[in-house]
Amino acid sequence: MSAVKTQGQVSPSGVAQLETHIKGESLWASAMKRLFRNRLAIIGLIIIIVAILIAIFAPVIAPRPFQQTDFRAKDTVPEWVTYVFPSMVPKERGGYVDIDNSYAIGADTLGRDLLSRIIYGSRVSLMVAFVGPVVAIAVGLGVGLAAGYFGGWVDTLLMRIVDIMYAFPTLLFIILLMTFFRFSTEAPEPGSLQAILGELDRAWGGMFLIFIGIGLTSWMQMARLVRGQVLSAREKEYIEAARSMGVRTPGLMFRHILPNILGPLIVAETLTIPTYISYEAFLSFIGLGVQQPQPSWGSMIAEGSRAITSYPNQAIFPALALFFIMFAFNFLGDGLRDALDPRMRGVD
Amino acid sequence: MAKFIVRRLLWLAVVLLVVSAITFVLLRAVPGGPFQTERGVPEPVLRALEEKFNLNAPLIDQYLKYLSDILVPTITGPEYRRTLTTDFLINIDLPFLGEEAAFRWMNFGPSLRVRSRTVNMIFTENLPISIQLGSAALVVAIAIGVPLGIVAALRRNTWVDYSSMGVAIIGVSVPIIVMAPILQYIFGAVWKVLPASGWGRPEHIILPAFTLGFAQSALMARLTRASLLQVLNEDYIRTARAKGLSERVVVLLHALKNSLIPVVTVIGPLFAILVTGTFVTETIFAVPGMGRYFVTSVGNRDFTVVMGTILLYAAFLVLANLVVDIVYAWLDPRIRYT
Repeated sequence: MSAVKTQGQVSPSGVAQLETHIKGESLWASAMKRLFRNRLAIIGLIIIIVAILIAIFAPVIAPRPFQQTDFRAKDTVPEWVTYVFPSMVPKERGGYVDIDNSYAIGADTLGRDLLSRIIYGSRVSLMVAFVGPVVAIAVGLGVGLAAGYFGGWVDTLLMRIVDIMYAFPTLLFIILLMTFFRFSTEAPEPGSLQAILGELDRAWGGMFLIFIGIGLTSWMQMARLVRGQVLSAREKEYIEAARSMGVRTPGLMFRHILPNILGPLIVAETLTIPTYISYEAFLSFIGLGVQQPQPSWGSMIAEGSRAITSYPNQAIFPALALFFIMFAFNFLGDGLRDALDPRMRGVD
Repeated sequence: MAKFIVRRLLWLAVVLLVVSAITFVLLRAVPGGPFQTERGVPEPVLRALEEKFNLNAPLIDQYLKYLSDILVPTITGPEYRRTLTTDFLINIDLPFLGEEAAFRWMNFGPSLRVRSRTVNMIFTENLPISIQLGSAALVVAIAIGVPLGIVAALRRNTWVDYSSMGVAIIGVSVPIIVMAPILQYIFGAVWKVLPASGWGRPEHIILPAFTLGFAQSALMARLTRASLLQVLNEDYIRTARAKGLSERVVVLLHALKNSLIPVVTVIGPLFAILVTGTFVTETIFAVPGMGRYFVTSVGNRDFTVVMGTILLYAAFLVLANLVVDIVYAWLDPRIRYT
């Protein structure tokens, strides 16, 4: 060690500098560099980070508890909202809208603060945005790795299952699945699996079953992708080299194949996040998603859209929140794809 | 090719069998039945109803009976009367076999909740509405998406390209439940030019069709752009340019036609997705189509309606993909199936 050090000190500074130039850049480092040069992706990333902070610190930021009702504030809006939505004419000017400036963007039909509910609602959308991919990757990776690596009848069987799942109309299936989960965990026998699931779900405000429902319906894409990637990686020389050095199957899979196929997986899942978010919003919209009083942007839009022509603010503000977060994930996903695989730039 | 189609149709049968089994098991595992009402039903009545609709038989018998009602075709003579239990979706007259002889197939059974109707009646009433809505949305998706994609590809890396692809990203990021209330408010409440919800008059279809089609138009635009860009890099385009053809002829005659092959082939599954994906749109805009009916039926445990809808939609999705594969081979002679 000390010999090297002395040598470094003795050698002219020019050589040392040359060495730092030669130092290689890993795939991930150069990808990060490319990502940070993409302005839209960074905007997306910033929106997501801000949203995460809002979700974490919701109790501090929200002006009121999300379930607090006040019937005197029913359907009220602050004055500025009436200028944004010209059809909402306040009572003083001969209209029908009550003004209450203590609510930042208005209150809903039960007199609950819309802003606080949107702030707490971000927790649901973000949880789905992160747990959805985790479930899809966990299941899809297992199936895809097994199918791609073992091949033969394992591959045939698993891929046939994937094909059948694909034939299921996704939305129909998820509605059916959620109905099954919702009602079979409502009054189960104590100690049974349903009872445990139901307990967990109530503790999470209805989110737990959504995760399972989304996970069960969206692992197929990941499985197909992983299988394809494994099939192409399996034939590469470095796998042959590793095998000839005596690396066993699990080591090959997780140490050698997995890190090399990770890029496309991350890109695919990031681009699927908006789909998960919209599934949750849709499920909450038709009443199979989060359970009252837990607010979700989907359920807020559902409640608000019943009075869309009279009180548009109740549906449109949560809709905008949903729009921004989906926009952000789409931009980040596009940016990640360009960064991790520059060849794919400009091709859908 | 024929072998390929036969194999795919056999596969379709397997898929539908598995789909029906999973759906049946899931549906029956949900607590509550179709005859439950808020006031409760007297025990003898409940038992009589279950007897009538064969719901007290062992589950496997019920499942097999349901399947055979759908799968086994019958040829009926003049004695045939349409009743709640003998209502077939496909009825073909066979005049050469005698007076009033007919080939009848696919009996989806009676609705368990609305006891004066059969599942087929509900299909014939609600499905056309969903198909109309889906078709209108498809027109919207193509009319917006394809021109946008072509323009973006021809003006690659200019502001035209960036702004059209920006519109495409917005289209992908705006879910229907966001788009719908905004359109309802602007057109229904502020400008008062279109009805915010409802069904029956021609103008009712505009907002839901646009909402449903816009998101898909973004995908169409991306696909068209990518495909046209790829074609413009082909050798035969270089040849066309080299022979001195004008840019207009090269693009319109040589590039565009070939670049639309992938676009044409996605129309099949896209149509299937649009028709089977109308739940949210129908719910928000109060459109009385199959999507909205399905959501209610699941809540009501209307087993036969739910089973029928899922089977019909699954068959539709698989067939749409099969049609695409066939059209693909027909449009692009380089593709051959074995």
